[in-house]
Amino acid sequence: MADVILKPTGNFDLTVEAEVVTPDNFAGKTTEEIGKLLVWQGPKEYPLTDFFSVQGNGGNSAEDTTIIVDGDIPRVKRIGQEMTAGRVLIKGSAGMHMGSGMKGGEIIIEGDADSWAGMEMKGGSIHIKGNTKDHLGCAYRGSWKGMSGGRITVDGDAVSQVGGGLTGGEIVIGGSVKHFCGIRINGGLIVVKGNAVRTVGAEMTGGTIVIGGCIERFTPGFEMTGVESDLKFNDIECPGEYKKFTGDYAIPQKGKGTLYVSCENNECL
Amino acid sequence: MAGTIAIKNGYVYDPLNEINGEMMDIFIKNGKVVTELSGADMKDVKEIDAKGKTVMPGGVDSHSHVAGAKVNVGRMMRPEDHYKFYQKRTPITHSGCGYTVPSVYLGGYEYSKMGYTTVFEAAVPPMEARHTHEEMRSTPMLDMGGYLVLGNNWFLMRYFKEGDIDKAAAYISWMMRTHKTYGIKCVNPAGVENWGWGENVSALDQANIHFEVTPEDIIKSLTEINEKLGIPMPVHLHANNLGHPGCWEITRDSLKIPKNVKAKPNTDVEWAETKKNAKRHESVYLTHCQFNAFGGTSWRDFESGVKGITDYVNSTDHVVMDSGCVPFGDATVMTGDGPAIHDLYVLTGHKWSNTDVECECGSGVLPFEYLKSNPVHSVQWAMGLEVLLYVKDAWKSIMTTDSPNGGPFIKYPQIIAWLMSNKARQDTFDECHKWAQDRSDLGAETREMDLFEIATITRANPARTIGMSYRKGTLGIGADGDVAIYDIDPKKLEVSDYESIIRSFENAAYTIKAGEVVSQMGEIVAIPEKNTFYSDIAVDADDEKRMLEDVKKWFKYYTLGFNNYPTPEKYLANPTPIQVNAEK
Repeated sequence: MADVILKPTGNFDLTVEAEVVTPDNFAGKTTEEIGKLLVWQGPKEYPLTDFFSVQGNGGNSAEDTTIIVDGDIPRVKRIGQEMTAGRVLIKGSAGMHMGSGMKGGEIIIEGDADSWAGMEMKGGSIHIKGNTKDHLGCAYRGSWKGMSGGRITVDGDAVSQVGGGLTGGEIVIGGSVKHFCGIRINGGLIVVKGNAVRTVGAEMTGGTIVIGGCIERFTPGFEMTGVESDLKFNDIECPGEYKKFTGDYAIPQKGKGTLYVSCENNECL
Repeated sequence: MAGTIAIKNGYVYDPLNEINGEMMDIFIKNGKVVTELSGADMKDVKEIDAKGKTVMPGGVDSHSHVAGAKVNVGRMMRPEDHYKFYQKRTPITHSGCGYTVPSVYLGGYEYSKMGYTTVFEAAVPPMEARHTHEEMRSTPMLDMGGYLVLGNNWFLMRYFKEGDIDKAAAYISWMMRTHKTYGIKCVNPAGVENWGWGENVSALDQANIHFEVTPEDIIKSLTEINEKLGIPMPVHLHANNLGHPGCWEITRDSLKIPKNVKAKPNTDVEWAETKKNAKRHESVYLTHCQFNAFGGTSWRDFESGVKGITDYVNSTDHVVMDSGCVPFGDATVMTGDGPAIHDLYVLTGHKWSNTDVECECGSGVLPFEYLKSNPVHSVQWAMGLEVLLYVKDAWKSIMTTDSPNGGPFIKYPQIIAWLMSNKARQDTFDECHKWAQDRSDLGAETREMDLFEIATITRANPARTIGMSYRKGTLGIGADGDVAIYDIDPKKLEVSDYESIIRSFENAAYTIKAGEVVSQMGEIVAIPEKNTFYSDIAVDADDEKRMLEDVKKWFKYYTLGFNNYPTPEKYLANPTPIQVNAEK
């Protein structure tokens, strides 16, 4: 295993588009070669060393390469985009589009991540230890096909559009979410341990959503089919009693999605 | 010398001159094809060695949706169509993006790379003509024109009801001039008007609400007036019930309506020399036959109904049609047929848009993806090819995808490969749903088109059909110096290697427009001047005056003022009116 350590040193007044920072691109490169990779800032391209000090060489393959970002980079976007293997560890907070479209490997973010983490990802895993914002594992704007494989784990909260258009894979949120969680999904699994505000599972035609907390405003178009307890989806466990709904029947496609809502926290349903 | 070029030793395919792969030279002087270049001209002329290559007239697309309000709605509602398909700017080209609904610049470049030089926008709503012209003006590389949507126009429906054909003719001629458009488009006649009330029509003799005219009345009147006015192209008809299982019957019956209408295009133009009669004799031009040829009675027993239509087309001489092929993959469905789009929304649940264009027409847009795994889509793929392969005489058919409805025009090379290579078709059968085999007869069809037929359905016939063959779609003396040179050696062509056919048609070795090389192996090398064609029809001044009184009186119900209604010529790139002589 080879570690490449990037320490942020540059000026991030304008956000930096760093889609070159992936184990796939770093593999087989020396410190110097990695430093020469180009990133966009505004309308211009600059070498990576303008923004980071680089230590260590890439491994023989992406699989053997670990990228460690030693610091906060809330204004650096697209790290790990389309990566297929290897590891990225960010020892702080990260910017938008972390691991978007990623196909394999692992990203760990010890702080918070900005919006669009894991957008349309196909495989691999992302673990965000802090909070994240909107469009987690979601489809690109206008698209109806979101994340299709892999797993995203968030220890804190996410905001809106979690897993929009999900067709496969799993998203597990330790905290709470706000609006449009699981909108238009037709596959996969979303587990939210905390609360949601509204429109959970709107227009869903398949897949499963579990809300462990309270849904402030429940989505019309769902029908209750029974009560189940102690849900288990492979290694993901959801203890407690859940009301089971199917939907969303408010759209012409007559959804076959499943929505579990905690009995304890949603007595009024 | 600008616009002067010699193309040496290519294998030339010029169907209008019955030239089928003969090795010969083509000379172009000042943008026009000439017999030869003088010694003085030859001295500093650009010479292209086309040895071992295929030379055709520049491609002509007589049915595409590339400019105007609904295309723009498609662009706005589909950011996901843009972010993965883009091109950077170069010193001479703009940047651009969009796969099924490209920006105007990208659209022009992509057409040019494939060897196309002329494209007609197939649906211009009158109130959106200005917008359409603005986009056509900004579309580089292509000579263009547009068809005016008139199948559900309130004035016309009223005149048809009253039987006042003279006023209706005066209205159409005035509208063509006012909106600088070229021919008549008729979309779901009588049905789109009913859609304003949440209804449609389902039979040719079903009168619509309020106006009480039937689709039959409208098709009959429009085709008659079209010939009375001498318009260069036949009425471009999008039949009723489109996209519904079993719609092939109403399509065939619609085609029967103008059987006895005699084609009388009458334009004051100078015709390029052609061996074959370059004038059309058809009174109706059916659009996207595939979408109008659904068989069965429901999605369960859905099947191809193409044969019912092609049998009829083979038996008669007054119909020409374009195919509306489905090459699989992303598409954006956009049509003047609002109710058809709503039906698709109910079917797919996708985002969609519908517009009511006041007293004139309607439209709708919806993103669509044709999947090889989907039974209906697979049959549609087969049907689009059936349309072209079952019509025995290639002069009755035109290859299109109804871009971007069946798929984007950049997939044309793929369609050409399926038409030329049975192996290409059989390989696709292996990949797609078995309904393609079971619900169509394409599997048993062994016909393989040759380059002459491909040249016919992609340039000669589209140009002839719409009356542009006086200068387009041929390399006859006097024609525009628009040439496409493909890296295909007809003597060595192996159609089983269809991938190489696709590659060759994707990027023409040279695209030449008006004697100037504009694109070379997928790279745009020059931005040529472009022309915009429209029909300038003169009618009886009294009829026009009487008609205009009606229009002005009614105009208080329009959301724009009468004086702002016309599209001035300044909205057109090199406006090129075609003088049309109406019957006196």
